[in-house]
Amino acid sequence: MPQNPAERRVVVTGPPRRTLPHARLRSRGRYPHVSGYYRPRTEIDEQTTLGHTYVRSLMRTQLRAGLAVFAVLGLLIGPLPLLFAALPDARRLEWAVLGFGLYAPLVLLARWYVRRAERNERDFVRLVEDR
Amino acid sequence: MNSNYAVPAVALVVVATILVGAFGLRISRTTSDFYVASRTVGPRLNATAISGEYLSAASFLGIAGLMLVQGPDMLWYPVGYTAGYLVLLLFVAAPLRRSGAYTLPDFAEARLASQAVRRLAGTFVVGVGWLYLLPQLQGAGLTLTVLTGAPGWLGSVIVAAVVVATVAAGGMRSITFVQAFQYWLKLTALLVPALFLVLAWQGDGAPRHAFEEPATFREQRAVRVDASLDLKLDTPLTVTVSGTVDGRPHDDERLRLPAGTHHVEQGTRLTFDRGAAVPAADRGTNGGMSTSLAASREERPLYATYGLILATFLGTMGLPHVVVRFYTSPHGVAARRTTVAVLALIGGFYLLPPVYGALGRLYAPELALAGDADATVLLLPERMVGGLGGDLLGALVAGGAFAAFLSTASGLTMAVAGVLTQDVLPSRGVRHFRLGTVLAMAVPLAASILVGGLPVADAVGLAFAVSASSFCPLLVLGIWWRRLTPPGAAAGMLVGGGSAFLAVAATMAGFPGSGPLHSLLAWPALWSVPLGFLTMVLVSLATPGRVPAGTAAILARFHLPEELRAEATT
Repeated sequence: MPQNPAERRVVVTGPPRRTLPHARLRSRGRYPHVSGYYRPRTEIDEQTTLGHTYVRSLMRTQLRAGLAVFAVLGLLIGPLPLLFAALPDARRLEWAVLGFGLYAPLVLLARWYVRRAERNERDFVRLVEDR
Repeated sequence: MNSNYAVPAVALVVVATILVGAFGLRISRTTSDFYVASRTVGPRLNATAISGEYLSAASFLGIAGLMLVQGPDMLWYPVGYTAGYLVLLLFVAAPLRRSGAYTLPDFAEARLASQAVRRLAGTFVVGVGWLYLLPQLQGAGLTLTVLTGAPGWLGSVIVAAVVVATVAAGGMRSITFVQAFQYWLKLTALLVPALFLVLAWQGDGAPRHAFEEPATFREQRAVRVDASLDLKLDTPLTVTVSGTVDGRPHDDERLRLPAGTHHVEQGTRLTFDRGAAVPAADRGTNGGMSTSLAASREERPLYATYGLILATFLGTMGLPHVVVRFYTSPHGVAARRTTVAVLALIGGFYLLPPVYGALGRLYAPELALAGDADATVLLLPERMVGGLGGDLLGALVAGGAFAAFLSTASGLTMAVAGVLTQDVLPSRGVRHFRLGTVLAMAVPLAASILVGGLPVADAVGLAFAVSASSFCPLLVLGIWWRRLTPPGAAAGMLVGGGSAFLAVAATMAGFPGSGPLHSLLAWPALWSVPLGFLTMVLVSLATPGRVPAGTAAILARFHLPEELRAEATT
């Protein structure tokens, strides 16, 4: 995971970067009352197309985070029954792995996902609040 | 087993449950308190409550018994129960909480704006809930029978009465405290005896052949066969028989049984020599928690293992008592953190049943034959520690087992009663909720007393398979896919969940007998889950005009952090 704040921003602002919200909106001037400066969250609240684009980008990042951890889970668990079937004499290994070995990795995966999901949300809030 | 200590222990657990519930009652005032504890339950309390609710009879007694009978492959059950929460966290936890619905039918209605889908989801919730309640009640009956020799229905009736009383009186708020209390009770009840058992094992010279296949007798042991069974022998076995084997009566004769299947009549006493391998018993359905569709596992263990993994990994998210708990978190972020804490708590708990399973193979292998495998956890303290200490530890385990039945049963009753009150009974309100509670418990209680005999592991497996094939597609696609339509959701739930239900029902009725078709039907998740997803996607794509109008706004609500939404709704 990139810890550098500059790198982080690139990841999360992907789709909005393509649409360049601030520059384009200001030049469009659809909301003159916002003193030449526009906040994207109004777009979300008023359910404009651009607002939906923001929500979609958040959903995509979150789904990607979930799928990444799910893939790791699949790679971790998927081969195990095959492995145990291939090594019928390794009963002790099966007892150790299934009985005691898998719970810690599951908790670590969960923590990793939560950190990632919460950071995605924080970055999204920062983006739309334009802080 | 000495019931002088066990009965007071069980009584203590029941009384403590009522007292803690009454404590919750004093602060349960509004309807919102009643259903979702006013959504003020913090992550830690909520996580403990979820874990307390989730660790059922199958976890407390069943896993050790299954391992005794069928070996380490059965460890996939606890792994799957735990990993199911990880999958739930990844795709469902926070959006589900943000959806702001009380129950699964609420979620279906909020997302798809369709009364028909709501009613269908409600039907599945009630069905899955009742299927899952059945083993809890039967387990309670079994435990009380093992402890005191009381008739099987008595334990079921006690659990049903206590659960209806606490749920109807205090609702969700009171249940939250009860569940949290019972998690710690269950952990203690397994952990403390486990420590003593491991010490006893060490004192015994730490024998290690528990992991060998098959298990062997460590000393000469006599087994009384309580129900007729077929012994499957891979190698010839010498055994002393008093009773009827293969239709011929014997009186304390030494027999050398050749390899093959031998029919042993009820009431026969078999005495095994020291070092003899424990033969595998094939008894069909006799109502024990550890009796499962064992035959098919031997035919296709790999297919069965993957079927089990898929069903438990994806089925957890749709269990009604699991889902309803997420609405009690104050917000989406808390819902996620709660889930991580739950993973740690149940993962920690599941380290213990394998210890009992391994020690059971060493010290009580004949339980698998006598049809009492589920009693392994209950009987080990007496057998290994013995004396007063063994009795006290046995009483502790018995109390914990009752806590397991009570907590899971109350959670399920809560969820089923919620659906019955909102969708079936004519008007809403707390009074009708109480009526719903009685109804929610009466049906499975009647079924457990009338039907009996349904293998508990199968009922649990069925509940998971149906949930994985119906609710998992509904939740995952509902949360992440814009083009889901009401007809698609309804068709997917019916085809996926319905086919899983029919498949396992056919297996239980003994329809295909054996062969590949039997394995396919006994472990349906591997084909029924993709079928459910596929039907939902294809029918949704075929009905593009039926995408609900507010979909974009609803998905925004599911996924936007609360700090943005709070201002958006003002």
